[in-house]
Amino acid sequence: MTALLEVSGISVTFDGFRAINNLSFSIGPAELRAIIGPNGAGKTTFMDIVTGKTRPDAGNVLWGERSVSLLKLSEAQIARIGIGRKFQRPTVFEDQSVTDNLIMALRAPRSPWAVLGWRARAPDLARVADLAAEVGLADALPRKAGELSHGQKQWLEIGMLLAQEPQLLLVDEPAAGMTLAEREHTTRLLVGLAKTRAVVVVEHDMEFVRRLNCKVTVLHEGAVLAEGSLDHVTRDQRVIDVYLGRSER
Amino acid sequence: MTRSFLARNPSVLVFLSILALFTLGVTLLSEAYGTALISTSFIKTLGKTLCLCLAALAMDLIWGYAGILSLGHMAFFAIGGYMIGMWLMYARTEEIVVAALANEPLPATAQEIQNGIAGQIFGVVGASELPPVWLFAHSLPLQLLLVVMVPGLLALVFGWLAFRSRVTGVYLSILTQAMTLALALYLFQNDSGLRGNNGLSGLQNIPGLAGVSQAAVSVWFLWASAAALGFGYLLLAWVVSGKFGSVIRAIRDDEARVRFLGYSVEGYKLFVFTLTAIIAAIAGALYYPQAGIINPAELAPIASIYLAVWVAIGGRGRLYGAVIGAAFVSLLSSWFTGGRAPSIPLGFYTINWVDWWLVLLGLSFVAVTLFAPKGIGGLFDLVQGLRRPDRKGAALGPDDGALMEREAQE
Repeated sequence: MTALLEVSGISVTFDGFRAINNLSFSIGPAELRAIIGPNGAGKTTFMDIVTGKTRPDAGNVLWGERSVSLLKLSEAQIARIGIGRKFQRPTVFEDQSVTDNLIMALRAPRSPWAVLGWRARAPDLARVADLAAEVGLADALPRKAGELSHGQKQWLEIGMLLAQEPQLLLVDEPAAGMTLAEREHTTRLLVGLAKTRAVVVVEHDMEFVRRLNCKVTVLHEGAVLAEGSLDHVTRDQRVIDVYLGRSER
Repeated sequence: MTRSFLARNPSVLVFLSILALFTLGVTLLSEAYGTALISTSFIKTLGKTLCLCLAALAMDLIWGYAGILSLGHMAFFAIGGYMIGMWLMYARTEEIVVAALANEPLPATAQEIQNGIAGQIFGVVGASELPPVWLFAHSLPLQLLLVVMVPGLLALVFGWLAFRSRVTGVYLSILTQAMTLALALYLFQNDSGLRGNNGLSGLQNIPGLAGVSQAAVSVWFLWASAAALGFGYLLLAWVVSGKFGSVIRAIRDDEARVRFLGYSVEGYKLFVFTLTAIIAAIAGALYYPQAGIINPAELAPIASIYLAVWVAIGGRGRLYGAVIGAAFVSLLSSWFTGGRAPSIPLGFYTINWVDWWLVLLGLSFVAVTLFAPKGIGGLFDLVQGLRRPDRKGAALGPDDGALMEREAQE
């Protein structure tokens, strides 16, 4: 199995602070992976690099079968080739309806000219309805996104990600601020998604990671500390020292 | 498609009907085609106001919808005026020169006519040759093309440089303001090729229409301005009604998120910047033949700030708001500054509106911003019973230009 995303030897320094230090990481086409690590371990910076928000000082990020370098692409181009990102806080367009939010995310040509002439047809609206039903917002389609509750906004954002039909999903703390029932729904959704595409979940919550039941990568000080099943990494003495031990103290 | 578009946007139909009724009414009251109740000079004022409304529409698209507070769009307006002014002045002078040379014993050569025109136009700045920028001034179609091309290309290049460097918010406003000022200072020079601070004049005399009275010409321009405004409104309403409108409003509220959806934010900003520059230029090309004169003072940064004030007072983010704001404030402004508003004697001091109008305008701008951010357009929300959402003061997005809570509709 060739890797979908191959990150090799990247380093980033912010004002002398090494956020990412010679980090290597790879993920296959249909794989669920959790990334854990203490605050400042470089989890978010890692996502910023993959999505093009931050440029690394050194290293390489290769994508897909043809090994395209992501470092030369803009954020928008990276999103278009199939990498979707869900932020920690729900970010939806609050002044616009749930339908408009989903339509914007639907897979379609993105250039200004193409969008100018684009009008929603029956299949597009059906797809929007399906997506809304999938994330439990079927009744909320005409409502403005700003009126939704925190949890509903998270769902809408996940719906928008699904509409983009990405090959790789980067999800930042999906369970934050969710109730137990919502967490279980999220778990099922992420596990289901990982059957057809790669999903990377950054998470603090060990219980949630355990439920995902997938390979875990532990980051520490911008580098990979350990990798393997959750049981494997939680037995690793270095992981206990830097992360688990500290959180229990 | 068109029928469902109008059905979904009833305000477009209402707007177009009001505009048509207004134009018809003014025509029936004009000196040339009606009861002469409205003077020709006031018809020109009304025609000019329609052009300003069109410019305000462009401003609303870029600021109200895309969140880019450009303080340079009146520069594009003025360039449009200069471009059409060059042909008007050249062709008119050509008529005069040809008539004068007709009395000579020998028929005038093309070169003599050319020199005569150059001397007439540029004698005032001490030059006698046509500068290269006047190369196309003899041809109306070419010069009309330049009305669109010159501001369009300027906006394209300027916008590309600014947006590519991700200049946003107040820095972009300052940059556009600097562009306007630089252009104005350049045009003030006598050797700029556009007659320095004299500007172009006599533009109200349309070449080939010497036999037609100004009363008739003023009504024709009113029609043209109304048609341009109606067409511009229809076009922009169509642009903002679809997914394109969705995307630019999303850019206004949270452009980083739009990038992660795969839209090239810079491309959209450039598109909107250039489109609105062209619309402003067309408005200017219709405005200055009615004004009769254009000079570099028209490019002063204050003009572009006025444009933003009109849109703010009318209500940003709704097309009819921009039109109402521009019409209301500019007509009120010409009433106050025209010396028709009665002075208020206070005993110790007399409030002279010619001097105090700007103070009043400034205060109303501050008042609208503080107390009624929806502007005059917000009155329509009151009528329809639309309220603003209760967001405890949170704006609708993280960006500088994002819609404020009090500007939004529930």
